[in-house]
Amino acid sequence: MKLSGGDLLMRALKDEGVKFIFGYPGGAALHIYDSIFKQKAFEHILVRHEQGATHAADGYSRATGKPGVALVTSGPGATNAITGLATAFMDSIPLVVISGQVQSHLIGTDSFQETDMIGISRPIVKHSFIVQNTQDIPRIVQEAFHIATTGRPGPVVIDIPKDKTDPSQLFEYKRAKEISLRSYQPRVFPHPGQIKKASKKILSAERPVIYAGGGVILGNAHKELIALNKLLKAPVTNTLMGLGAYPAKDKYFMGMLGMHGTYQANMAMHNADVIIAIGARFDDRITNTPSMFAPNAKIVHIDVDPASISKIINADIPIVGQVKESLIALIKEIKRSKIKIDSEALDQWNMQISQWREKHGLDHDLYLSKIKSSMIAPQVVVQELYHATQGNAFVTSDVGQHQMFVAQYYHFNKPRRWINSGGLGTMGFGLPAAMGVKLAFPKQEVVCVTGEGSIQMCIQELSTCLQYNLPIKIININNEALGMVRQWQDMNYGGRHSASTYSDSLPDFVKLAQSYGHVGMKVTKQSQLKKTLEKAFAMKDRLVFIDVYVDPNEHVYPMLVAPNGSMQDMWIKKNTKA
Amino acid sequence: MKRIISILIENKPGALARVVGLFHQRGYNIETLNVGPVFDGSFSRMTVTTRGSENDVEQITKQINKIIDVIKVSDLTEGDHHEYEFIMIKFKHSEKIQKILKSLNGKIHEKNNDAMVMSAWGSSSDIEEAIKSMGKVNLLEVARSGSIGLHEGEKVLKI
Repeated sequence: MKLSGGDLLMRALKDEGVKFIFGYPGGAALHIYDSIFKQKAFEHILVRHEQGATHAADGYSRATGKPGVALVTSGPGATNAITGLATAFMDSIPLVVISGQVQSHLIGTDSFQETDMIGISRPIVKHSFIVQNTQDIPRIVQEAFHIATTGRPGPVVIDIPKDKTDPSQLFEYKRAKEISLRSYQPRVFPHPGQIKKASKKILSAERPVIYAGGGVILGNAHKELIALNKLLKAPVTNTLMGLGAYPAKDKYFMGMLGMHGTYQANMAMHNADVIIAIGARFDDRITNTPSMFAPNAKIVHIDVDPASISKIINADIPIVGQVKESLIALIKEIKRSKIKIDSEALDQWNMQISQWREKHGLDHDLYLSKIKSSMIAPQVVVQELYHATQGNAFVTSDVGQHQMFVAQYYHFNKPRRWINSGGLGTMGFGLPAAMGVKLAFPKQEVVCVTGEGSIQMCIQELSTCLQYNLPIKIININNEALGMVRQWQDMNYGGRHSASTYSDSLPDFVKLAQSYGHVGMKVTKQSQLKKTLEKAFAMKDRLVFIDVYVDPNEHVYPMLVAPNGSMQDMWIKKNTKA
Repeated sequence: MKRIISILIENKPGALARVVGLFHQRGYNIETLNVGPVFDGSFSRMTVTTRGSENDVEQITKQINKIIDVIKVSDLTEGDHHEYEFIMIKFKHSEKIQKILKSLNGKIHEKNNDAMVMSAWGSSSDIEEAIKSMGKVNLLEVARSGSIGLHEGEKVLKI
């Protein structure tokens, strides 16, 4: 049977196993939308802004490991999708974003709702396609999913001029059995020689640290990471993107590292003799001043992307390969090796880390000691949330102080539970991302921890949540200011709060939630917090927006001292360096 | 240090823009750029000259390699190589310029009462030197192909 371009697209998406498409219609996408109407393979979720579509597809992908799909129209639809594309690109999330384009003969004429989507998105996609022949649609879709999901994953754009989905033009559907691109063959297996060298270096370490990033989660290698450390018994730290890759409850886990990492994690990195970097990219929020980074450490770096290796910090033993395959090879080599770990040195090292933890570690029982305080500490909100959900929720966040508090105080024991924009730092990510997660896991608790600044960047999606009945729990950590901006202004700009406050013009979030048909709750006292959370989580079928007023003067600590600081240079509380 | 990077890439719309855009995004400069279809026409070969340290060039080549349309990348300056550049020059009659170009395999393409058009080729540094020594007085127009080059010996850039 012959199909139109729109129907070819539907068929191709169905064959990729797509279950949800997040999108927003418009002129150039109308043929496609008519094809959507006629199919039953997947559900289309109508968002309220294209940024929401890309973030929702992104959240879906992060939680499930499957590629997310978004559909937008040309011009403003396409440009609104750009922030979501950049967010996914920075965190290596596999997305396929389909954009309608004006008819082929109008391209380049400044026609209505025309924009050069391929050009605009070029620096923030893994690859992009423009459809020039309708019959290529199945192949292009297949290649797009292949490219998005293999190697170092990333977003792919397919731009489709309207005439290529013309319902009167029919073509045969052909799907290739296998995809092979002569110019794209990402490496899977590591070089055995490098694995040998790495094993030798790791086993003779006295002060090893495992520094594991988002690549472990994206590469589905958390079990291998745990298995590796059953052998090594080394202290482990996760990046912001890697939280959940190693269980937080494990005794070797030191918490997050970097800018707002724990004291013990940052001290361990600085004093290590061997750093085993796994699926992490030595981001500037990790290393602090690169020339002062871990002065005595040899670096073993495992990454699927050769360009991530020795980009910021020189790797002594680079290993290019999928994280899972690389760890399997490393574990095998370590088991075979005759080198014995110096357990005396390792015990001493782990003891040193315990001492650091006791000295300046995070207080995870703050909620017990602050029970009678007049103002609610934002950290306590996260701790109470952790207990209310038994640590089992999917937690999305936006960007700023609240994001760091979740990263520090919600203990993620499983991968894909912590969903946040780490690389790009996109405010507005949390709510739409939570929609994608909730659709994928309707029976699981999905919480969006946000702030009164971030939530307003994509608040329109409350309407989408009503339409598709998505009972997400939103915890709005409300300090009536752009908290992280204000923290920097407090610390570096003499407390001049330039454009970071708006306390007299905030909406009544309870009424706002209610006007969208949801439940709103407000918490201003510590004594109400636990009960309100319990009440909210008991409402299984409703979206509950919990507006929690917190101490506006709270800062996030520890914080690396910059500029010209190393990882051991930290503020551990206001006006106090470690 | 000057580097000559050769790139074998799919001859597809937008492929060139991906490479050029990448230099800008990653903060590197392109000094010269040459591109043309090769083999069966489904490939293009690009030659880019740039300046940077060993680390810079390693990072550039790795990033170029990540572009999906790129098949192979090689830094010619890493080893022995052949490198040439072609120029065409229009100038007011000048014995001096004619002589300089003659020494660089020069060829006359047009000669009329007002001006001459000549071509020449040589290593980029010879070309650079020649243009400098011509002075500005009689020079009307210069077109440069940018460097092209090949590895010496058996090393080749192909699929």
